[in-house]
Amino acid sequence: MTSATTHTAWDREKAAEVIAAHRNLEGPALPILHALQEAFGHVPQDAVPLLADALNLSRADVHGIVSFYHDFREAPAGRHVVKVCRAEACQSMGGHALAEGLLRRLGLEWGGTTADGQVTIEPVYCLGLCASAPAALIDGRPLGRLTRERLDAAVNEARADWATA
Amino acid sequence: MGDSMTDPGIMTHRIFIPRDVAALAVGADEVVAAVQAQAAALGAPVAIVRTGSRGMFWLEPMVEVETPQGRVAYGPVQAQDVPGLFAAGWLTGAVHPLRVGRPEEHPFLARQTRLTFARCGIVDPLSVADYKANGGYRGLAKAIEIGGAATVEAVTKSGLRGRGGAGFPTGIKWKTVRDAQADQKYIVCNADEGDSGTFADRMILEGDPFCLIEGMTIAGLAVGATRGYIYSRSEYPHANATMGKALEIARASGLLGRNILGSDVEFHLELRVGAGAYVCGEETALLESLEGKRGVVRAKPPLPALKGLFGRPTVVNNLLSLATIPVILDLGAQHYADFGMGRSRGTMPIQLAGNVLHGGLFETAFGLTLGEIVMEIGGGTASRRPVRAVQAGGPLGAYLPPSQFDTLYDYEAFAARDALIGHGGLVVFDDTVDMAHMARFAMEFCAEESCGKCTPCRIGSTRGAEVVDRILAGRDVAANIALLEDLCNTMKFGSLCALGGFTPYPVLSAIRHFPEDFHTRDSRRRHLPAAAE
Repeated sequence: MTSATTHTAWDREKAAEVIAAHRNLEGPALPILHALQEAFGHVPQDAVPLLADALNLSRADVHGIVSFYHDFREAPAGRHVVKVCRAEACQSMGGHALAEGLLRRLGLEWGGTTADGQVTIEPVYCLGLCASAPAALIDGRPLGRLTRERLDAAVNEARADWATA
Repeated sequence: MGDSMTDPGIMTHRIFIPRDVAALAVGADEVVAAVQAQAAALGAPVAIVRTGSRGMFWLEPMVEVETPQGRVAYGPVQAQDVPGLFAAGWLTGAVHPLRVGRPEEHPFLARQTRLTFARCGIVDPLSVADYKANGGYRGLAKAIEIGGAATVEAVTKSGLRGRGGAGFPTGIKWKTVRDAQADQKYIVCNADEGDSGTFADRMILEGDPFCLIEGMTIAGLAVGATRGYIYSRSEYPHANATMGKALEIARASGLLGRNILGSDVEFHLELRVGAGAYVCGEETALLESLEGKRGVVRAKPPLPALKGLFGRPTVVNNLLSLATIPVILDLGAQHYADFGMGRSRGTMPIQLAGNVLHGGLFETAFGLTLGEIVMEIGGGTASRRPVRAVQAGGPLGAYLPPSQFDTLYDYEAFAARDALIGHGGLVVFDDTVDMAHMARFAMEFCAEESCGKCTPCRIGSTRGAEVVDRILAGRDVAANIALLEDLCNTMKFGSLCALGGFTPYPVLSAIRHFPEDFHTRDSRRRHLPAAAE
């Protein structure tokens, strides 16, 4: 959960396997989409017709589902994903300035990825760390009581593991 | 182990270190590694038990050492403190600057009435033995003994109201589902805890998951449902991992499936994870999402109790409501109802968050004043500046100024002040907060998270953010404030669900209680924190 993500390239058979593994659940669409994103790092366009076929839905229906939920990506994120909380409790502890500062130093907008493909910064609305604010999640690793120094150190540490790998 | 207790050379010391994400976020895993390393270096036999959190987050990571006098806490412990703690003799509860003492004697815990959270932070969340040794499964045994009808009766008599925010009497909802005829009924746990300032659901998922499993099993027995779903959030990966393991353990231990506890009760329970849509915390959007659709709100009626998941009668309850069921059955409906005031019976797990000195989970009977909670229990702000506003009940809740700190913590008393208790969150802000900015955020959040089904919410929120922008820019401030108030009324009365319907609460309360942040935009920019400039 704390390491960088590695994903396989598009593989029709793999996608069909993922879909088959969940299609007998009641309401299988979200479990399948999560599993596809887990496997490929995003929900590939090529998976949409497969899913539509398996669930007896139109492609438009499937596209509607995928695009409704913030979590599902149309393209892979950077190697490391930093989710910074923008919600009220984190704002009350200076989270707004913390996040804006990070984006500025990396030269990114929300949802953007650094040019080296290393880091994507995403907004998140509440990690349940509201009494330990400001908070963030780096590749699934929680960080609370963040300062600019701690956040920068954590982001740099995540980037460095690739440089030395 | 009588003799070994007196010989520290032989005794294995149990050391309790939370696995709650709020402890992990400030270095709990690093403390675990340091304790293991130091114990190995000293040859001291220790056994580390990972627990949930007691909910005193300013003391996390809070480490508890089992001593002959009981558990003694130290916190906040960082990895580099560990050698010093061993040297000071913490294995026997010795004095140290980080010594908190016996946790249950700490004023923050001693003042609480822990019913829903009785075990959280104490037990190993994945130990069925621990759970049963601390009162677990006595509630279900009772429900099996008295049967479904009497169980529904007990829940009604307890006065329990939905802890998700709407405050609807849980027993009445259950009776509707029980009386409905269908080939399949469902129990759905709403664990889509998206409100900023709340973390109580997360703490149960991470710290006492069997309590939720037991509560949902009791609900199934009571209404005749054999299947259940827990709808959690993707923002809670650790909670989902712990809950997922607990479900596996429960299935393997005969606590889920057929013939639970040797009875004829059958209940199958699955965890489902949302995908970052706040609106799925609304019960009908949640049901749509569980069915695999876009999380779009349904018009009511029909009520989910009659036509819910896959069109079947469904109990949709908040996690806290369901996790409170076992203790109500175990200790009796009257015991629970004896706490509280007016029509707000029992206890509420209040979550103190944001800029607060003593942030955490405070479960108490209804009826304290907001001021007591924020100033006495919370200790005021963490920044040590004056409190300016408290947002109660999440992003759709009102901002209350200190002049309203006499408001009693009670569903009706809050409603009388145009505020809501919601899921029990309180977010404290100091005097650097810009309330016009917070009003804009409320509209922006609604625009971002609207499911799009109804116009007042979908369009109103976007227009609302634009109007606040004009106020922030100092353009026609008075006229734009009037326009914003009018828009808020349209959203309040014309929206299909609480997202559009309640977004006006933070906006209107900000205008009403903090007019100086709106009316003076053109002359000066006030209250901007230094860091934001």
